[in-house]
Amino acid sequence: MTLAFEILLLILLITTAAGAILVKDLISSVLILGFYSFLLALVWAWLGAVDVAFVEAVVGAGLATVFFLLTLFGTAPKDTRIRRPAPPLIALLGLPLLGLLLLYAAEDFPKFGDPESPASAHVSPEYLKNSLKETDTPNVVTAVLMDYRAFDTLIETAVIFTAGIACALVLRRNKE
Amino acid sequence: MIHAHDSVIVRTTSRLLIPLIQLFALYVLCFGQYGPGGGFVGGVMLGASLILGVLVFGPEAPPCLLAKKLIHGDGIGLMIFVGVGGLCLIGGGEFLNYSNLEIPWVDTDARRHHLGILLTQVGVAADIAVTAISIVFSLSLIDNGEETHV
Repeated sequence: MTLAFEILLLILLITTAAGAILVKDLISSVLILGFYSFLLALVWAWLGAVDVAFVEAVVGAGLATVFFLLTLFGTAPKDTRIRRPAPPLIALLGLPLLGLLLLYAAEDFPKFGDPESPASAHVSPEYLKNSLKETDTPNVVTAVLMDYRAFDTLIETAVIFTAGIACALVLRRNKE
Repeated sequence: MIHAHDSVIVRTTSRLLIPLIQLFALYVLCFGQYGPGGGFVGGVMLGASLILGVLVFGPEAPPCLLAKKLIHGDGIGLMIFVGVGGLCLIGGGEFLNYSNLEIPWVDTDARRHHLGILLTQVGVAADIAVTAISIVFSLSLIDNGEETHV
């Protein structure tokens, strides 16, 4: 049952990813990308990363789609069809090789959920053990993001603020 | 320019949905410490509800006027975040070390961290909501006399 669900998700992911690239109409491409983000959110939730799934669903499927659509309507409202040249031979040969190389490297990854893996052996146990006692916050992800790693979040917020300011500086026209 | 949407179905549905989205966004923001979610998602959802209002009801309707006012608050969220860090500095500790938040009625260390996390989440949410609206305005309100179809 679970394997069937995983394979179905994988097939849908690959189909939508390929569809977003291959489809000629850019608006359809954006909508397919939104669906792709939604499927990716399902994958995150399936892997147990509920917070990441939430962000992926809200930002990837919601906000980014709106931004893409607004950009499309603002730039090319009439002609959204594009022509693509055929891919060069070296890409056709090299990319499968790269994929094989990545598959070969993936063999060395620690098993999923392995308690001995570096990711879950270094600081994660400390967070899991102490975050409720120290921060009174049952959700460990929030505690890590907003307390133990507050500097990262601060800079992240500054980056988003800068993105908004940059968009306004580049795109907004003066009202004459 | 953005035009008001003329479909009755879209307008009625949005009128029903926008308060619900905002309510859920506030829920996600306030309960980010107990469940999935938090400042980032709550902020994006608040911004998305306002964007929906702007896109559906057009540039002269109250949602867009509210959003235009809100744009002037760009940066307030970041200031809240940095301000909490500054309060920790004033309290005599490191920047963003919530143990040093000097709030009179909060006595234990864990409660101080809890409050610090909540306040910084509000800051993140405000920053992201305003930035989302700001980017939508930048992308759609092209004020050079031409009409682009949105």
